[in-house]
Amino acid sequence: MTTPTASSSTPEPQLMTGAEILVKCLEREGVDTIFAYPGGASMPIHQALTRSTQIRTLLPRHEQGGAFAAEGYARVTGRAGVVMATSGPGGTNLITGIADAYLDSVPLIAITGQVASPLIGKGAFQETDMFGMTLPVVKHNYLVLDIADIPRVVKEAFYIAQTGRPGPVLIDMPKNIQEAKAVPVFPETVNLPGYNPHPTAEDAQLRQLLELLKSAKQPMIYCGGGIISGEASAELLEFVERTGIPVATTLMGVGGFPEDHPLALKWLGMHGTVYANNAVNESDLLLAIGVRFDDRVTSKVERFCERATIVHIDIDASELNKNKPVQLPIQSDLKDALTRLNAMLEADGARRVPCEFNAFPAWYAKIAAWKKQYPLAFRDTDEVIQQQYVISLLCEMTHGEAIITTGVGQHQMWTGQFYQFRKPRTFLTSAGLGTMGFGYPAAIGAKVARPDMQVVDIDGDGSFLMNVQELAMAHIEGIAAKAIILNNQYLGMVVQWEDLKYGSNRAHTFLGDPKDLDRIYPNYVDICRGFGVKCERVLEKKDLKAAIGRMLDSKEAYVLDVMVPYTEHVLPMIPGGMSYKDVIIDQSNSKLTAQQGAQLPTAL
Amino acid sequence: MRHTLSVLVENKFGVLTRIAGMFSGRGFNIDTLNVGPTLDPSRSRMTIVVMGDDAVLEQVTKQLNKLIDVIEIEDFRDNEYVDRELVLLRVNVDAQTRSEVMQICDIFRAKIIDVQPKNVAIELTGNESKIEKFLFLMEPFGIRDLTRTGKVAVSRRQ
Repeated sequence: MTTPTASSSTPEPQLMTGAEILVKCLEREGVDTIFAYPGGASMPIHQALTRSTQIRTLLPRHEQGGAFAAEGYARVTGRAGVVMATSGPGGTNLITGIADAYLDSVPLIAITGQVASPLIGKGAFQETDMFGMTLPVVKHNYLVLDIADIPRVVKEAFYIAQTGRPGPVLIDMPKNIQEAKAVPVFPETVNLPGYNPHPTAEDAQLRQLLELLKSAKQPMIYCGGGIISGEASAELLEFVERTGIPVATTLMGVGGFPEDHPLALKWLGMHGTVYANNAVNESDLLLAIGVRFDDRVTSKVERFCERATIVHIDIDASELNKNKPVQLPIQSDLKDALTRLNAMLEADGARRVPCEFNAFPAWYAKIAAWKKQYPLAFRDTDEVIQQQYVISLLCEMTHGEAIITTGVGQHQMWTGQFYQFRKPRTFLTSAGLGTMGFGYPAAIGAKVARPDMQVVDIDGDGSFLMNVQELAMAHIEGIAAKAIILNNQYLGMVVQWEDLKYGSNRAHTFLGDPKDLDRIYPNYVDICRGFGVKCERVLEKKDLKAAIGRMLDSKEAYVLDVMVPYTEHVLPMIPGGMSYKDVIIDQSNSKLTAQQGAQLPTAL
Repeated sequence: MRHTLSVLVENKFGVLTRIAGMFSGRGFNIDTLNVGPTLDPSRSRMTIVVMGDDAVLEQVTKQLNKLIDVIEIEDFRDNEYVDRELVLLRVNVDAQTRSEVMQICDIFRAKIIDVQPKNVAIELTGNESKIEKFLFLMEPFGIRDLTRTGKVAVSRRQ
C-alpha cells in the first residue's frame, strides 16, 4: 500500500473520511443527483452527502425504484445515473435494476454499503457478497478494501460505465473503509490496459460497405440502441438522406431515427410493423447498425433475413457473429463510422437530400404497398376506451414531444406503436430485461434530469403497482412525473398469450378482486390520495381528453387511471420461433384453442 | 475441437471469478484452466483449454476480451506453441511390479518422488499425448491418486 500524499493543487493536505472522499469523487465526476436509500452500512456516506452542495440526494421508497430512477436519469442524459443502497437486502434489491441497465446498455453507477471488511465472509448482519452476486450483470464491479483506492475506483467506474458500450458498474464499499481517514489523491487519468472503448472501422471495411450498396436493389437499415447510446442519430439521418436507404429501428432504437421521416418504417420484431418486418426480411442488403439480433427482433434467427448480404456495425466486438453470422462484420464506434461513411459519400458525389428520394424506386413502391396494406391500426369505438386511442391522443396533445416511459407488457408495445418518436432519448423502456415496474421510477429520474420536458409514464396496472411506492418520492421531492395507467385489471400480455396458446384458460392473470367483480381493484385514486398525489379515474372516452389536459397542465405528479378492455390484443404479432410470413394481423386469428396453441413452437 | 488460449490478466481481486463466471454464464466449457504470476507482479497469465468449434472459440475470445481485467489473449494454433502439463500420481506397487513401474518411468523420464511399501508417487511432465500414454500404462497397476495442473503453454514465436 502506498501512503497517500497531497496533490500539488491542494495547499494543505486534508484528512477526509472514506465516505467524504467518495462524495468528493462523485462531485468531481459532475454528479448532481443520487438516488439513495440509507441503512446501517451506508450511513457514513449519507452523512457526507448532507454536506454536499452539489449533489441532490433523492430518497426512493424501495432500492429498486432508486435504480430505475437512476436509469431514467441516465437514459435521457447519456450520463451515468447514480444509485446507492446499504448492504444485504439493500444491495439485493438493486440487482434487478442493475441487470436492467446491463441488458439495455445504460450507464449506471451502483454504490452499496458493505459490512466492515473484517466481518466479510462471516455471515454478518445484512451481509451479502455483492461483488459475486452482480458479476453476471455488470460491465465491471469493485469491492474497495483500501481507502487509498477510492479515487481511482470511482474514476474508473464512471469511465467504464460511460464509454464504449455503456453499462452498469457496482462499487461495494465496506463500512470501515467509509469511516477510515486518509488524504485523498485524485488521479487525472485512468489506466486500464485491457479496455479500449474507442474502436474504429478500417477505411477498407467502410469502402466495402459502400461497394455492396452499389449493387443493392432492396437495401435496409436495421438500427438499434447503439445509435442512441453512441450519439449517432444525426450522422445516421445524414447517411440515410445521402443514400436513400429505408430505416427500421429496434424498440431500443426508437427515437434514434425520426419516425415521421419518409424513409422511416418504425420498428421491427414480434410486435413491430408488418412493413418493417417485411422490408428487412426481403432486403438484399441489410445494414445492421448498433443492434444485437435479439430473438424478439429476429424470431427464428436462422430464417431471419435469409436472402440478404448482412453488414453488422457495432462497438462491441462480441456482438459480431454472436447470434447471426454476417458477411461483413465491422467493429466500430458508430458516430465515427457514420461520419466517415458520410465523408466518403460526399467525396463520391452522393449529395444529401431531405426528401424526394429516388435511389431505389421499385423498392420504395414495394414498401409503400405494404404500408398501405398493413398500416398500424385499431378498431376505434366510442363504447370503450381503446388503449391505442389513449396513446394516440397523448401523442397528439403533447405534439410527440414528451419523454415517455413505460412498464412492460401490452401497453409498452402499443406505446411504441402509437406514439410517434422523433428524437433520441425520449422513449425509455425496459426492452432487454423486460422489467415490470420500470415506468414510474424511470419517469421520476427522467423528470429530475429534464425538468423542462413533459415526462409521462404510460403504464399497465400490473406494472404500475410493482413500484407504486415511488409516488412518495415524486410527491415529497416535488417531481412532476405523470402517469397514465391503462387499467384492464389483467396482466394483458400474458392474457394475450393465454388466448393464443392455452385456449384462454386464465392462470393467475386477473389482478382485480374475484369476490367483487364490479369493483375496480385496487383503487388507484385512494392509493394516490394516501401518497398525496392527485389521481383521476377515467371511465368514458368523452372524458379522456380533458383529463389528459389536466394531467399535462399539472405542476405536480399526477396519475390518470384509465379503464380499458382486457380483450384487446397487441397486433401485429409474429409468434416467437415463427417467420415474418406467419404474422398475425387479425385478432380472430390470435385466439386459438389449447390444442391449436400446443402446435406453436415452444419459443413463444 | 480443443483450443489453447493464453490469457494475460490484471492480477486483481476476483479476476478468476470473472473469467470462470463468464464461461458458466455463457454456457462455454473449460477443459483445463491454469493460472500463475508473470514477471510483472501486477499481471497473471492463464492458460485455458476450451472445447468448441470455431464459432464458440470466436465468442469465447471476444467475451474474454470484453472483461476489463483481460489485457491480451493469444489463441494458440497448431505448431505455434509448446505446451506441458505436470502430473503427480500415486500408483500401487508390490515386490513384483515395482521394477516394471520404475522402468516405465525411466522411459517417460518421470520421477519417483516418494516411495511407500505398497505404492510410489510419480512426477511427470509432458504434452498431452505423452501423459495420456503414461496414464494408460499405469492403469493396470492401479492409480490411487491423480493430480494434474492442466496445460501451460508458451508461444514459439519471437
